[in-house]
Amino acid sequence: MRSLKKIYLLNIAFILAFQPSFSQRYMSKSSEITFYSKAPMEDIDAVNTKGTSAFDVKSGNIAFSIPIRSFAFKNKLMQEHFNENYLESEKYPKATFKGKVTGFKEEGGVQNVSAEGDLTIHGVTKKIITTGEFEFKEGKIFLKSSFPVALQDYKIKIPKIVFYNIAEVIDVNMGFEYTKAN
Amino acid sequence: MPHAFLEVQLRYRYITIKLLLLTLFSSVSFIQAKAQDDLLDMLEQQDTTSQTQRVLATFKGTRIINGHSVELRTPSVLDFIISHRFGRLNSGAYEFFGLDEANVRLGLEYGLFNKVNIGIGRNSFEKTYDGFLKYKIIAQTQVVPVSVVLFSSVAINTLKSPDPERELDFSNRLSYTYQALIARKFNANFSLQLTPTIVHRNLVPTTRQANDIYAIGIGGRQKLTRRMSINAEYYYRLNPDPEPYHDSFAIGFDFETGGHVFQLHFSNSRSMIEKGFIAETNGDIYNGDIHFGFNISRTFDLRADKNKK
Repeated sequence: MRSLKKIYLLNIAFILAFQPSFSQRYMSKSSEITFYSKAPMEDIDAVNTKGTSAFDVKSGNIAFSIPIRSFAFKNKLMQEHFNENYLESEKYPKATFKGKVTGFKEEGGVQNVSAEGDLTIHGVTKKIITTGEFEFKEGKIFLKSSFPVALQDYKIKIPKIVFYNIAEVIDVNMGFEYTKAN
Repeated sequence: MPHAFLEVQLRYRYITIKLLLLTLFSSVSFIQAKAQDDLLDMLEQQDTTSQTQRVLATFKGTRIINGHSVELRTPSVLDFIISHRFGRLNSGAYEFFGLDEANVRLGLEYGLFNKVNIGIGRNSFEKTYDGFLKYKIIAQTQVVPVSVVLFSSVAINTLKSPDPERELDFSNRLSYTYQALIARKFNANFSLQLTPTIVHRNLVPTTRQANDIYAIGIGGRQKLTRRMSINAEYYYRLNPDPEPYHDSFAIGFDFETGGHVFQLHFSNSRSMIEKGFIAETNGDIYNGDIHFGFNISRTFDLRADKNKK
């Protein structure tokens, strides 16, 4: 039994010891997220510039937080419905992603990377794997990525009566610019 | 005996190693997850956007039932509202429970500026034309508890004078309504509105009736599903006419489907303008003088660059 205790102590020490050394953080300075829904009757697009992100260059850990209310539509009524009926932004105000980026080196030029982690939209969390572009330039990091979101996966229900209005899979594009955090 | 002892000891050691590996492995993935959560928490702490964000959709439509709600149309959006109030349900099978006798209001409402709506309408009841202006002065946020909208309308009764010898002056056909719409969305499902009201009638039939009627409206909605709610509305008159008029009461359902809002309701009021239903509702609810009615709202975006192809 004494050895069991030792193992746990060892583990706790391990957790504590390794944590600080992991961080070398970049914070997003500006961002743009757009999505596009192409359907027979109406094309719908929306832009959000209020998303934030943090990236740890040592570990590759990355996190995104996107306020749903900040998606701006041309048609404000559509925007209201998007918040009220589809994304239920009062109940689920943010979409988040936390995961890990792999396949990058801290050097210049555009690099293809992939990311794996948990995407949470509308209170539903899914494991996703996606690809993107990384560019290290003048102490900044530029990130570009696009991925499809199937509404059904996140329990976003489109009523039958307006089904023709909205695509079942939405294309999401994002661009983030990071600077080093102090 | 020693053999068995050895076996136990080996087994114990085996479990210990397994535990060691397991906890070591889980602590590595724990650190990983924790580091990712830390990043996310850091983002959440920085976020201050939710504090100043205006509350959306206190009500589904620009009407609770008969009366206006604090909802405004956004600039360049035109709302076409077709409303019907049928005859009394207690008028019997001969009148098909009121459905034979419909009165209609056709209305247009337009988002003029960010906080200003204007509208016009024509109600077949008493052949009345009306025009109104709504101005949002306070918007509810996380910090501000209520939304406040000022409402002002004028209505023109164009019925022919009952006495052909004596034509009514234009000014005697006018009535005015002033309201402060004060509403709070308590949560995603429940909203409540208080509506202090003054109705001014330029001409009243008898000297026993006051030109000004003061009333307080209370209305609310409770969402039942994401697209459907139950609404109720009551106007209490502080200085009612001695005529057999009653306080207006209405209960109904909202159904929303994209650009449309359907409102189906029952009310003891026939008129669809403020002076009519607030000051001069003549149905006695306890007598079963109830009218079925509906509002259908369809919005159009009038800007040149629409999202349509």
